[in-house]
Amino acid sequence: MGENLAVALDITAARPDPALLDLPWRLPLEEWPEEILAALPRGISRHVVRFVKLGGRVLAIKEIKPELAIREYHMLRNLGRLGLPCVEPFAVVQGRLARDGTPLDACLVTRHLQFSLPYRALYSQALRPDTAHRLIDALAVLLVRLHLAGFWWGDVSLSNTLFVRDAGAFAAYLVDAETGELRERLSDGQREHDLDIARVNIAGELFDLEAGELLDGEDPIETSERLVTRYQELWAELTEVEQFTLNERWRVDERIRRLNDIGFDVDELAMTTDIDGTTISIQPKVVDAGHHSRRLLRLTGLDVEEGQARRLLNDLDAYRVATDQVDTDEELAAHDWLTTIYEPITRAIPPNLRGKLEPAEFFHEILEHRWYMAEVAGHDFRIEDAAIDYVANVLPNKPDEKSVLGADTGAIPILATDTAPLPIVTRSRNR
Amino acid sequence: MAFHLYNGSSGTFLPVKEYCLMATVKFDQATRVYPGATRPSVDKLDIDIADGEFLVLVGPSGCGKSTSLRMLAGLEEVNGGKIWIGDRDVTNLSPKDRDVAMVFQNYALYPHMTVADNMGFALKIAGVNKSEIDTRVKEAAKILDLTPYLERKPKALSGGQRQRVAMGRAIVRSPQVFLMDEPLSNLDAKLRVQTRTQIASLQRRLGVTTVYVTHDQVEAMTMGDRIALLKDGILQQCATPREMYDRPANLFVAGFIGSPAMNLVSVPVTGDGQVKFGSHVLPVDRAALASAGKEVMVGVRPEDVEVTTNDDGMPLTVELVEELGADAYVHAVPKDSAMKMYGEEEGVSKPFVARVDGRRVPQKGETIYVYPNADHVHVFNAESGQRLG
Repeated sequence: MGENLAVALDITAARPDPALLDLPWRLPLEEWPEEILAALPRGISRHVVRFVKLGGRVLAIKEIKPELAIREYHMLRNLGRLGLPCVEPFAVVQGRLARDGTPLDACLVTRHLQFSLPYRALYSQALRPDTAHRLIDALAVLLVRLHLAGFWWGDVSLSNTLFVRDAGAFAAYLVDAETGELRERLSDGQREHDLDIARVNIAGELFDLEAGELLDGEDPIETSERLVTRYQELWAELTEVEQFTLNERWRVDERIRRLNDIGFDVDELAMTTDIDGTTISIQPKVVDAGHHSRRLLRLTGLDVEEGQARRLLNDLDAYRVATDQVDTDEELAAHDWLTTIYEPITRAIPPNLRGKLEPAEFFHEILEHRWYMAEVAGHDFRIEDAAIDYVANVLPNKPDEKSVLGADTGAIPILATDTAPLPIVTRSRNR
Repeated sequence: MAFHLYNGSSGTFLPVKEYCLMATVKFDQATRVYPGATRPSVDKLDIDIADGEFLVLVGPSGCGKSTSLRMLAGLEEVNGGKIWIGDRDVTNLSPKDRDVAMVFQNYALYPHMTVADNMGFALKIAGVNKSEIDTRVKEAAKILDLTPYLERKPKALSGGQRQRVAMGRAIVRSPQVFLMDEPLSNLDAKLRVQTRTQIASLQRRLGVTTVYVTHDQVEAMTMGDRIALLKDGILQQCATPREMYDRPANLFVAGFIGSPAMNLVSVPVTGDGQVKFGSHVLPVDRAALASAGKEVMVGVRPEDVEVTTNDDGMPLTVELVEELGADAYVHAVPKDSAMKMYGEEEGVSKPFVARVDGRRVPQKGETIYVYPNADHVHVFNAESGQRLG
């Protein structure tokens, strides 16, 4: 591929990887040879998107106009800096010329988010009845977080989102920031506009699944409306003014606890009284998602999704009670739990099955599995025994989810494999 | 005759004229100031848009064109003034209560759904009944030349047809006003020109009031019934493409509209009130010059330049000849280095451009003399930039 070096490429990246130069930038993305793709392209989409393997990781490459590529690259970096869940930008490649000298569009390169799932992949598995709701709930949380940070998405949809398993539920990540704008703060009209686009896009995406016979009796319109309802409930809880009388002061703590329960920390709460001091008004001013995941990170160094963190913290609390460490320093007890419980359990995943689930999700599954075993047997099990049984009987039947790739709108998800050339593996519905 | 799509109580979606609501749009001193900003992003904007008109908001980046459109859409707060659609004051209405449709550049097409369903599903969400959806989709398909494809899947369509399906999604909603914000910006050059023509002719067939934002003056000139040119949040001129071209209101408009751009040269006003372009005296109304200082800015479009070799006009040295077949563009620089030329951006000098007969082009390095055609001289106040006369 030495001839590629003859092109005066302009690569923008935080940490440029020389291996990028080995990719065939002189070819339009559509013509890239199959042997370097991590998955074969399917479906129609607005832009050409391809997945390639490079130095052990999977990269998503999107061919767009240079100014749009640069803009989206910086937008994703800014969102990342703000701690918002989105894919990580890797590079922008400009200055591409075809062999005949015609200029080619730029490429935006992002890292593939490991263990993430496009919604179509989830719908092509046999869905638990409430899975659709969980996806929508995750998207509502994402949209609220983006709006709180002043990000106006402009193209909210299931296709532009990736989902990561989170203790039985999902966490949503933004994938496409092409239409987005970052503002000081969003107007109500801007938020409404995003919600309206979300509603239409989600309904459209579900109608499409229905037309493709991938939807099981779910009503697309009802599901799309759920997003609006969930969003509004969450937005109100996070931003609304609450009034009460002076002798109901416990409601300040109550509000903060409610926000913690839904995963938010309150960094700033405005409290005002009326002139005679009988009525108090409170309003959260600065809230920050990740209440449980931050606490777990501080205690154990584990960086996991919010729901997983809550689950792990519960297990940590149970461990402290069981080992009589309630009065011990919390951090010492956490270290003890990490080395004697969490790490040995997650190390029990055989190497050949590590592409099935992320460690924290595996741990959550073990806790669930232990509960089911106990229910059937009528007595408790040690977590170690639950892990052995789960690895032997449940885990091997789970799909590999480390690198499930799906392109833009309309793409049918396909699975990346570790060896080239790569066969297409479409998920069967009854898996 | 432009016809109107009327969503009547009988559930019809037929071209009818008599019951149509007048969808005029009025920006009335509309102002937007962002928190913490030192000057308004849109400053006391006044535009009256007629029913069925295609108005293009154009200007360089940061001029306030998108913000103006979004104020009309209800996406930006209005800090001063009002916005009207027909006889409704919509200034404080939410976006969905305004009956406007933002035509979105990123419409997705769904591969398993037919073209008809791709066009009509948003109406299903809005609770429109099946037979009416059907009627509206068929009507829109007819206008878009998509009737033979209604039962096909999008995969079977060409790029241009897919674009039209996306437009169909907006048309079936039959809003009072279409709003478009740089809808062509992510298309390649060929598809952009094609789609540009389609949108313009479609708008005329539908007769729906449309406000369109672009940074591209060629797009503005070719599409709009009228153009509103903004700079720094302030409306510079709102007129037909012809008038913008023939009678630009100020230096900024003169430099922005037209490609290649108008030549703008600073020349002295003589003691006896004459404007001299090199040795050539220009016919300028003395009354108009009364408000001018010692210098004026003279503008001449490349096609209005008279080129001679006999010492009449301003002497230039030819630097480059751009052959276009029938015509050629001559790029030349003043022999008098003190002479000031201005381009789009103040202070950036650029060559003088003249269009000449392609069969009689001067040579590189040759001296030519130029002056504006007497019928097409533009004179501007050098200080205020306003047009004189």
